[in-house]
Amino acid sequence: MWSIVDGYLGSYAPLGLLALVGVLIVGGGFFANSLLRPRRPNAAAGKRDTYECGLDPVPGGWAQMQIRYYLYAYLYVLFAVEAVFLFPWAVVYLQAGLAVIAEMAIFVGVLALGLLYAWRKRALTWQ
Amino acid sequence: MLSNLWLLFAIPAASATILLLSGKRALKWGPWLGVIAPAISFVLGLIMFFQLRDLNPRVTEQNLWSFIPVGDLQVSFGLMFDPLTAVFVLLITGVGSLIHLYAVGYMAHDERRVTFFGYFNLFITAMLLLVLGNNYVMLYLGWEGVGLASYLLISFWYTRPSAATAGKKAFIMNRVGDAGFILAIFLMFAYLNTVNYGQVFERVGSLSANTMLILGLLLLLGACGKSGQFPLQAWLPDAMEGPTPVSALIHAATMVTAGVYVIARSNPVFSANTTLQLIVVSVGTITLLLGCIIGCAKDDIKRVLAWSTVSQIGYMFLGVGLGGGAYALAIIHLLAHGFFKANMFLGAGSVMHGMKDQVDIRRFGALSKYMKITWLTFMMGWLAIIGIPPLSGYFTKEPIIAAAFERGDWTSWLFGWAALLGALLTAFYMTRLFVLTFHGPKRWTEGQHPHESPPVMWIPLVFLAIGSVVAGYLMHTSVVDWLNPVFAGVENVPEYEPVMPHWLISVLGVAFAVLGAGLAWAIFGRGTALEPEPAGVVVTAARNNLYTDAFNEVVFEKPGRWLTRALVYVDNKGVDGVVNGLAALVGGGSGRMRRLQTGFVRSYALSMLLGGVLVLGALLAVRLG
Amino acid sequence: MDKLKLPDMDYVALLPMLALFVAACLGVIIEALVPRRFRNIIQLVLSIVALAVAMFFVVKQSGEVVASKALTAGGAIMIDHAALFLQGALIVLGFVALLLFGERSLEFGGPFVAQAAVTVGSERDREQTGRELGSTETFPLALFSLSGMLLFVSANDLLTMFVALEVFSLPLYLLCALARRKRLLSQESALKYFLLGAYASAFFLFGVAMVYGFAKAVDFKAIHAEALLGEGNSLLLIIGLALLAIGLLFKVAAAPFHVWTPDVYQGAPTPVTAFMASCTKVAAFGGLLRVLYVGFDGLGWQFTPVLGAIAALTVLVGSILAVTQTDLKRLLAYSSVANAGYILIGVIAGQQLGLTSVLFYLVAYGFTVIAAFALISLVRDADGEATHLSRWAGLGARSPLYAGIFTFILLAFAGIPLTSGFIAKLSVFGAAIDGGQTWLVIIGVITSIILAFPYLRVVVMMWLSEPGESTPSVSIPGGLTSTALGIGTLATLVFGVVPGPLLDLAEKASSFVR
Repeated sequence: MWSIVDGYLGSYAPLGLLALVGVLIVGGGFFANSLLRPRRPNAAAGKRDTYECGLDPVPGGWAQMQIRYYLYAYLYVLFAVEAVFLFPWAVVYLQAGLAVIAEMAIFVGVLALGLLYAWRKRALTWQ
Repeated sequence: MLSNLWLLFAIPAASATILLLSGKRALKWGPWLGVIAPAISFVLGLIMFFQLRDLNPRVTEQNLWSFIPVGDLQVSFGLMFDPLTAVFVLLITGVGSLIHLYAVGYMAHDERRVTFFGYFNLFITAMLLLVLGNNYVMLYLGWEGVGLASYLLISFWYTRPSAATAGKKAFIMNRVGDAGFILAIFLMFAYLNTVNYGQVFERVGSLSANTMLILGLLLLLGACGKSGQFPLQAWLPDAMEGPTPVSALIHAATMVTAGVYVIARSNPVFSANTTLQLIVVSVGTITLLLGCIIGCAKDDIKRVLAWSTVSQIGYMFLGVGLGGGAYALAIIHLLAHGFFKANMFLGAGSVMHGMKDQVDIRRFGALSKYMKITWLTFMMGWLAIIGIPPLSGYFTKEPIIAAAFERGDWTSWLFGWAALLGALLTAFYMTRLFVLTFHGPKRWTEGQHPHESPPVMWIPLVFLAIGSVVAGYLMHTSVVDWLNPVFAGVENVPEYEPVMPHWLISVLGVAFAVLGAGLAWAIFGRGTALEPEPAGVVVTAARNNLYTDAFNEVVFEKPGRWLTRALVYVDNKGVDGVVNGLAALVGGGSGRMRRLQTGFVRSYALSMLLGGVLVLGALLAVRLG
Repeated sequence: MDKLKLPDMDYVALLPMLALFVAACLGVIIEALVPRRFRNIIQLVLSIVALAVAMFFVVKQSGEVVASKALTAGGAIMIDHAALFLQGALIVLGFVALLLFGERSLEFGGPFVAQAAVTVGSERDREQTGRELGSTETFPLALFSLSGMLLFVSANDLLTMFVALEVFSLPLYLLCALARRKRLLSQESALKYFLLGAYASAFFLFGVAMVYGFAKAVDFKAIHAEALLGEGNSLLLIIGLALLAIGLLFKVAAAPFHVWTPDVYQGAPTPVTAFMASCTKVAAFGGLLRVLYVGFDGLGWQFTPVLGAIAALTVLVGSILAVTQTDLKRLLAYSSVANAGYILIGVIAGQQLGLTSVLFYLVAYGFTVIAAFALISLVRDADGEATHLSRWAGLGARSPLYAGIFTFILLAFAGIPLTSGFIAKLSVFGAAIDGGQTWLVIIGVITSIILAFPYLRVVVMMWLSEPGESTPSVSIPGGLTSTALGIGTLATLVFGVVPGPLLDLAEKASSFVR
């Protein structure tokens, strides 16, 4: 049983101990709190308001984002990831010849296909 | 051809599938498809028959695929074609085709006729499977298949309460028999480790006498159920609620003879135990007398024929029970009976067709003038069944009676004379039926205009009538020789001298037949009362099926009901308590567990996390523990 | 710098996957360029051709498997008998399910929504439900997913497996959201599936990391060798295995990782549900088998009890919860959970017998479940499919043929003889007894009895109740649905009556190359 303390995970033992102490402190705090606080804290008037003092908020809590940003962000991430592959490839492709170029062409081609699709679906125009 | 045995039943099976699936779309061509399918099977059967003749030994087996491969129990979907199977195949497909043809006319105005032909072909399929199998499980498969087709067809006009009840009655009584049959299969597997015919018969010698007896009795119970033998005979006459072609094909010519087939096929089992044989002989004798006596008192044309079927199958059971050379005799009687009984049933159907579905023979009379063909063909059947030489019944029934006199001890007298008495009674009631229907004064109800049936109905009648006339003579030596190899091993049964000379038995048989017929003609030649009159004890008893239904009620139904009540009580209080408790537990558990399925992704994720922690913890515990 | 060395690629062995992938890409081009009204038929034909080509190469390849040459793509992919059997099964089941995708005669525009982005319930939504043809992106999505599944069952290292897992999961999430009717339910199911799927993937990936920490490699051979050697921190291995198992058990819908199943099966468009219930199950079990039997074979005695407990829990949860369901798709979802449990029992049984039974079960169940969902897609009223149980009351009187087929399918689920379900259960239980897991068989049999209750309740509903006002009619299926229904039903019957050939095939396939 104690073998876990040694070895690889054993080095995490202080961390685990720290976490345990943290949990104890927080838990102890909550426990002490529960001894002191009123029985039904949520029953107090105004308790469930957004702010317990000051002005009442006027609109709802939700704010809307333009969904179109999402599309752009998505396409951006796509091609950013593509670039991540392209850089290391650019370093080695001269050594490996045509096959590697063809493979990267296929990769880029498939992604371009996606772009073609997005373009034809008019996802790229801001309506 | 012999390597493609499966074609025999595959063709009607395909046709049945097409018919049942196409429904009303097939109103025009459906019935004819239904006729062609068994006809093709018949032709194939003939070809195979001739090929089989050239084989030595005359048997071929093939295993199509492994059917139930479970541990030691290896059951294959295996087929076998030997002389016994061959004659059954020809009977089923030959007579079957003729009856299908007849049904085209008989059912012409029924809206559900396509369904009817679908069921009919289904029956042919199952019956062929029954006789073609090479093991008892295949036999059972066909056995249940024909049972299914039979129930479907008995209650074909299910809107009639009587038809529905008859279907149920047939179902329940057959269940009793089937239970015996399937127990027999279990027993075989438990003691012999096989259900294959060949292996069972090889190993059956190793069984103790008691086990053998029980095995035989269980098989006999199954056979009695299907063949309407005492004490399970009551469903068969009620089964006449189905359309007449059904009565002719299933409840006269083929299915009800399945019991005889089982006993004949299992001859090594039955021949090996004399007690068993005695029981089979007794069942046969009791049934044949019972059928005759009740047949004398019935007024419904189809029921008289039904009771006569019961009685004739009694003769066949007598034959197979006697063992030895009598196996083959029983089979040829079965074949001849297939012809003449189908002939008479179809004739009865033809009469009903011309008389607006009247079935009471007291309301017929003088029909010979109006329905010449039906009259003549029916006459052939009548003469055949009562055993007038040289018609078929003479050649097939006489040998059984003679064989009954050859048992070698005092029982010869008992069974021999019982069989002779049966012949006398058969002649009496069949003549009564014939005379009351076709001769004597008209006793019709209002508005009857009897007429001959259309050719599609009388052509099969003619063929069957020819069969009724010549089949006996043609078969009485050739088919017996053909079949005997199947019953090999029974040759060394001791031959006993008959207690009476053979010629005397024949003379007595014919004399009894003539006597019975003459008596009936004398009494009923001038007609009879329009309604049953009060009569003596015997006739009343016979009208009430010799109180066999009451007997069933007292001996089986009442105790059964008490037992059921007791069981229901135990079941309600004990078993149901447990079961209901369990069900409530499951239901309640289900209801409670449902609440865990809240529909919130967060709680799903939490439960997955908990599961993950548990899996991890458990694995670690296994690892460390 | 060292000379760059390219991995060896046996392109012929990869052709089934490539065919599907290329076809899917072509499908995307078609979506972009071809007018809407032609797309369905073109996509359907393209998909079927692609599947046929893939199947051709699978069959061709299966005759040429050599253990030494089965490894390809730089050791990332293993084309052995088991992989080919699973790939073949996936292609055939995928084909049958795709037939349902293409059905347009049951409902105007097919089972899928025209524009998934349109707000539910808006004016525009009503307009498109009534008048616009359904989207056909579903075909390339399904093909992408299938190619991922093909890769998943043949992946030879954990990273490839993870990539394949994502490749086949992502299209499924999208497909779930595309129902034409009850769109909110459909979108909700997609979101749930996506969130929980991502969650499970995280477990899987974490497991990969742990195992890498142990073995310094991710391919199964190395993991196996390292585990046998017994050096290194085996705790990492155990944790890794547990986390991998969670990711995979999520996909096969084993309790307690099944929670998504009922919601997703109910909400997804019925053809997609059929696709998931058959193909995903095959792929997920294929992957699970490979991980357990190739990578972690040496740990058998450690994971067997835990997996056994999960199997027992799965069959119990699936069967007990099925009892109180009132929606047919939900009922079938729980039945699918329970069936996952039965297959797990076969997985635990191990040995060749266990593998054979699992492979057989997967194929048999796949066909039956497609037929079941095909039938559910037929029973409809003005609002689309009528899946509430009470609506099926008296269906036997309305359309005996379809009620009969459904009865047959339910009997197959219940494991009645002469159906494939019986043979499948029998072989799984037989293998489990052989493998010394009798207690699982006892639980399996008990839960089968419990499960028979909800099935038979449907049967009783259909046949013994009078059809009411609200009993919907059964639509006459178009050619595609009838073909799918016919194939599914016929396979259920044939594998029940003549199981021999498929069992033989599964037996031949029941060995992994390490």
